[in-house]
Amino acid sequence: MPEPACGTLRYQRGMPVVDADVHVAIPRIAALYPYLSEHWHDTLIESGVASLEVNTYPRGCDFSARPDARPESPGLPPGSSLEVVQRQLLDPWNVEVAVALCDYGTHILHNEDLAVAVARAVNDFLADQWLSKDTRMRGSISVCTERAGPAVAEIERLARRPEFVQVALPVRSQHPYGKRLYWPIYEAAERRGLAVAIYAGGGIGNPITPVGWPSYYLEDYVSFAQAFQSQLLSLVTEGVFVKYPKLKVVFVDSGFTWIPPLMWRLDKNWKGTRREVPWIDRLPSDMIREHLRVTIQPLDLPNAERAEQVLEHLGSDEMLLFGTDYPHWQFDDPAEAWPYPLAPASLDRLLRSNAVVTYDLDRQVTMAPDR
Amino acid sequence: MAKHAVAAVDEIPPGGRKIVDLEGRSIGVFNVAGEFYAIRNTCPHQGGPLCGGVLTGFVISDEPGRYQYLRRGEVVRCPWHGWEFDIKTGMSWVDPKRIRVKRYPVTLQEVTSDPPDAAVNSRELREAGLTEGPYRAETYPVSVDVVKHLVIVEV
Repeated sequence: MPEPACGTLRYQRGMPVVDADVHVAIPRIAALYPYLSEHWHDTLIESGVASLEVNTYPRGCDFSARPDARPESPGLPPGSSLEVVQRQLLDPWNVEVAVALCDYGTHILHNEDLAVAVARAVNDFLADQWLSKDTRMRGSISVCTERAGPAVAEIERLARRPEFVQVALPVRSQHPYGKRLYWPIYEAAERRGLAVAIYAGGGIGNPITPVGWPSYYLEDYVSFAQAFQSQLLSLVTEGVFVKYPKLKVVFVDSGFTWIPPLMWRLDKNWKGTRREVPWIDRLPSDMIREHLRVTIQPLDLPNAERAEQVLEHLGSDEMLLFGTDYPHWQFDDPAEAWPYPLAPASLDRLLRSNAVVTYDLDRQVTMAPDR
Repeated sequence: MAKHAVAAVDEIPPGGRKIVDLEGRSIGVFNVAGEFYAIRNTCPHQGGPLCGGVLTGFVISDEPGRYQYLRRGEVVRCPWHGWEFDIKTGMSWVDPKRIRVKRYPVTLQEVTSDPPDAAVNSRELREAGLTEGPYRAETYPVSVDVVKHLVIVEV
């Protein structure tokens, strides 16, 4: 039984945390050149590719970075300097482990051969310039989702390095992620004990809503929740968690307050349509509680009373993972990162132990990168 | 208990059914592969007209994309909420609230008031991985008067 949502212990910065939601940025496209073959290096230069930066968090948008996260060197994206991240996040927040995502290039390229090469270069850059330089850092494996063979090969290449703890997929995809063409990725991740993170990103091809393209960034940003809902429905109904019972999926930057009503709707409608998805052998909401983990930002609860209700409706204190969403601007006062008092055991789960279990963080980190 | 002739044998061919009123109850009489069964036309879930539902089999799966189809034509799905009932025993199967536990030995529950076939039918479905549901429709003994070619239901 979960502890009551309303407890007595408040988070204060300085309590040890695992930050499951940190965004590393590539400083400039030239930073990837050492990690690309001569062929792809020359292709990018000859084609005049100035940048492969994604626009999920546009640089000019205030929300994209807390003001002090924009590094001192002008023109560099927030989150591109390890020294700044150490100074602004890892040290003052007492971060035991930070799980980093690096979304660059891979998912905005129609040329899948190039996407495979860029994904690999991003992974090597991350390992070389971040993971090997600070033992608190962990990384996510970028893969070209549409090429199962190279995706599995990339997972296999990096899986034996404990500093990589998950495979990262952007929530906006070409097909719902439960579909079987993506199963080789889940198979490889489960076999290697890696989580699969699905994060707010992507965008090639499909509108973020089922009713067309939105007009405003506000619409686009809030609509990410719809994309996450669709992916969750797909993963559950297609039986991904039945086929891969050890798999954990982490939603990053999805929010979580929409999850309980989705569970209710899914449980109710599953009862009458069981025949169509006969491999689902238990309540979908139980399956979700067992396999889904969610980082806490963006935290959209209006007050403590609503927080208590939502946590009770979620029905588990093992799902939520602490995260700052650094460098994105989600809060001013660090206490606002998680302002709701919990029972001590539940707070410990949220701040660190849920992530320790999800990412198997007790593995040792190797310092030497291999290429 | 009184016996009632509800139909000529030819009136309910295999795969067919007839709904009759007997002693104030609506009862569905089914011909399943030449054998007759009768169950109450009131779903024990919320009272729906059970016997008017779709005739089907049990779809079972041990893995996404693989389907096993058992007892075709022997299952009626209530038209109101789709609960699946074994016509031969009146048992509902597949309770969404109960976890299908593969890890533990299946315990047999003898239902002594069932006709002798029912325990066998139920065991087969349990072994296929289904769990019994919480509902049981009322069943009535059915026999055939071979001289007069009549289907007899005892209420």
